[in-house]
Amino acid sequence: MVTEPLVLQTAAELFPQGISRYAVGGLLVGLGAVVIYLGTGIAAGASTFLESTLSYVSNQSRFQQYVGSRDWRIVFTLGIILGATLFAATVQSGVITTSLYEAGTTGELYEVGGITLWLTEVQPWRLFVGGIFVGIGTRLGKGCTSGHGVCGVGSASKTSIIGVVTFILVAILTAQTVAFLGVSP
Amino acid sequence: MANRHPLFKPLIFVGGLIFGFGLGFSHMARPEVVLNFLQFEDLGLVFVMFGAAIVTGIAFAVMPRIRDSAPLTGDAYRRRLKSFDRNVLVGGAIFGVGWGLSGICPGAAYASLGVGNVTILWALAGMFVGAYAQGYWRSRTTDVEPAAAGAD
Repeated sequence: MVTEPLVLQTAAELFPQGISRYAVGGLLVGLGAVVIYLGTGIAAGASTFLESTLSYVSNQSRFQQYVGSRDWRIVFTLGIILGATLFAATVQSGVITTSLYEAGTTGELYEVGGITLWLTEVQPWRLFVGGIFVGIGTRLGKGCTSGHGVCGVGSASKTSIIGVVTFILVAILTAQTVAFLGVSP
Repeated sequence: MANRHPLFKPLIFVGGLIFGFGLGFSHMARPEVVLNFLQFEDLGLVFVMFGAAIVTGIAFAVMPRIRDSAPLTGDAYRRRLKSFDRNVLVGGAIFGVGWGLSGICPGAAYASLGVGNVTILWALAGMFVGAYAQGYWRSRTTDVEPAAAGAD
């Protein structure tokens, strides 16, 4: 449409799924972190769970330093898993409908006991090999998307901002290269 | 650490629930959506991270001014500040390679499992392998240095 303002055209190209689903989801992610912070003073990240949980099975000093927090980090991770299940059972299953939610077309939906669940189509080798890099990098780099990205940036921490810029730029480069090489999905 | 407030873990759980619900709702728990973002096909994901960072930013800025300590731990309200060194760049870059290849980060992986994506167990297995590898290696190298290991 020639008559459509250029701004709207550009917005539709940059944000084909709209922005409300992302913005609402982001606010909830922040709210979850804030609830924990208000009660406990802890600015929680998700990746420490990997090392703190390893402390149950390994005596390496790197893991043992997290013995004090390993129990609640499991509770936090279980909360994340079940919170996402709650989303699947309500919004994803269509029990709760809202104009703020855009269902999208990625992956594959399937049903178990009346709950609409979701499965990725990204190849397992990408998930596994990528996961290894994520496991090394987040722990070496002192944080992940939640620790650096949400709590660190929210703290205006220079370390976190540098960390976030680094991993986003490298991730863009990596994803574009992988796509250029014809790997999909 | 042993005598936590009885509401400590329930509160962590509730925070996790909201956090995970948000990751599901935003579709960040879907590797495809992250990859679409990184390939510039849908930039909506910036609203997840910045939306979340704005909310935490308000709490981190306000709480230290209105209260001395958190009710369930007695800990002071602080911002999340970590020291900068070369590892932030090296680790960040390695994480970037992994995120760009797989489209998934730790928190989103837990949430992905929650929305039924059992295939994400591959990524979680990889993350534990990676976390173990760096921990094993770094435990060795710091043990070699004299007086580097603290007793706590």
